Amino acid sequence: MVYMEITARSLWTLIHGMGFGALYLMACSGALVELYRRYCTHNQSLPTERDEKFLRIYLVTMAALAWLAVLTGAYILYPWYRAVPPPGTANLSAFPQRLLMASPTTSGWHSIGMEWKEHVAWIAPISITMAAGVVLQYGRNLKNYPQLRSAVLVFVWISLLAAGVAGFFGAMINKNAPVEGGPVIHIVQGEQK
Amino acid sequence: MSTQNASVSAPSATRPNGAGAAAILAAGIGAFLVAVFAILADRSAAIKSMMIFWKPTGPLSGVTTCAIVLWLAAWAILHARWRNRNVALTRVNAVAFALLFLGLLLTFPPIADLF
Repeated sequence: MVYMEITARSLWTLIHGMGFGALYLMACSGALVELYRRYCTHNQSLPTERDEKFLRIYLVTMAALAWLAVLTGAYILYPWYRAVPPPGTANLSAFPQRLLMASPTTSGWHSIGMEWKEHVAWIAPISITMAAGVVLQYGRNLKNYPQLRSAVLVFVWISLLAAGVAGFFGAMINKNAPVEGGPVIHIVQGEQK
Repeated sequence: MSTQNASVSAPSATRPNGAGAAAILAAGIGAFLVAVFAILADRSAAIKSMMIFWKPTGPLSGVTTCAIVLWLAAWAILHARWRNRNVALTRVNAVAFALLFLGLLLTFPPIADLF
C-alpha cells in the first residue's frame, strides 16, 4: 500500500501560498489589463453596467485574497516558522527560522528574505483595498478622472510587486526550511506498482 | 435606441475627486507606516515589546495592527474632510507615491538597517 500524505502545516502553507498568494498574483495581471483597457483615454467605448459590476466584484475579491494571504501568513504560519526550540534541540527541522539561521549559507533567507517579506506583503492588501474602494466609489466615471485612474494603476502595480517579493521569498524560504508538522493527512491511498 | 443605450450612458465627471484622493493618500500613509513601525520595533527594545499584541506572532502583530488602524483612521478622516471637495490631485498623488515608494524601500532590511 502506498500513500500520498501531507502534514497539516504543509497544507496551510499551500493554502496561504498557492490558494491566496499565487491566485492574487495571477489576478493582479488581469486587473492591470482590465483597468488599462477600460479606462485608457483612447478607448472610446464605455463599459456597460454589467462590465462595471464585474470589475467591482473582481477587485473586492482580490482585496479579500490579499487580506487572507497576509492574515494566514502572519497568524497561522508565522508562529510555526518562528517557534523557539527547547534548549539542546539538535534537530531543527521543526523550527524553520532557527534552521535557516544555523547556517551562514541560509541565514540570509531569514535576515533579508523573511524580514522583508513579513512587512512588504502588507502593502499589497492596503493598495488593492484602495483600488477597490476608488472603483466602487467612481465606477465608470473613473474614465473622466485621469489622475485618479493613474494612481489606482500605480498602486495595483506596486501591490503586484509587493506580493511578488513576498511570494518569491515565501517559496524560497519554504524550499530551504519548510514549515512542517502537525497531524498527517492522507490525500491518496493506492497499490504499489 | 435610447432604452438600448441606457446601460452605457456617458459617465459624468461632476463628482468631486476628494473621496478618491482621500483613499489614495491614506493608502500611501498606510504603506509608509508599515515600514516606520517595523523600523521602530527593530530599533527599540521597549517599542518591540509594546508591539507584541499576540505572542505567537511577536512584534509583527503590533506593527501591522498599528499601521492598519492608522491607515483606516487616516482614510476616514481624509474622506470626511475631502468627500465634497475637489483637491489638487497632482500634489496628493505625488505625496502618496512618495510614501508608497518609501514604504517599499524602508521595509527592505539592508535599507531599514541604515536607521
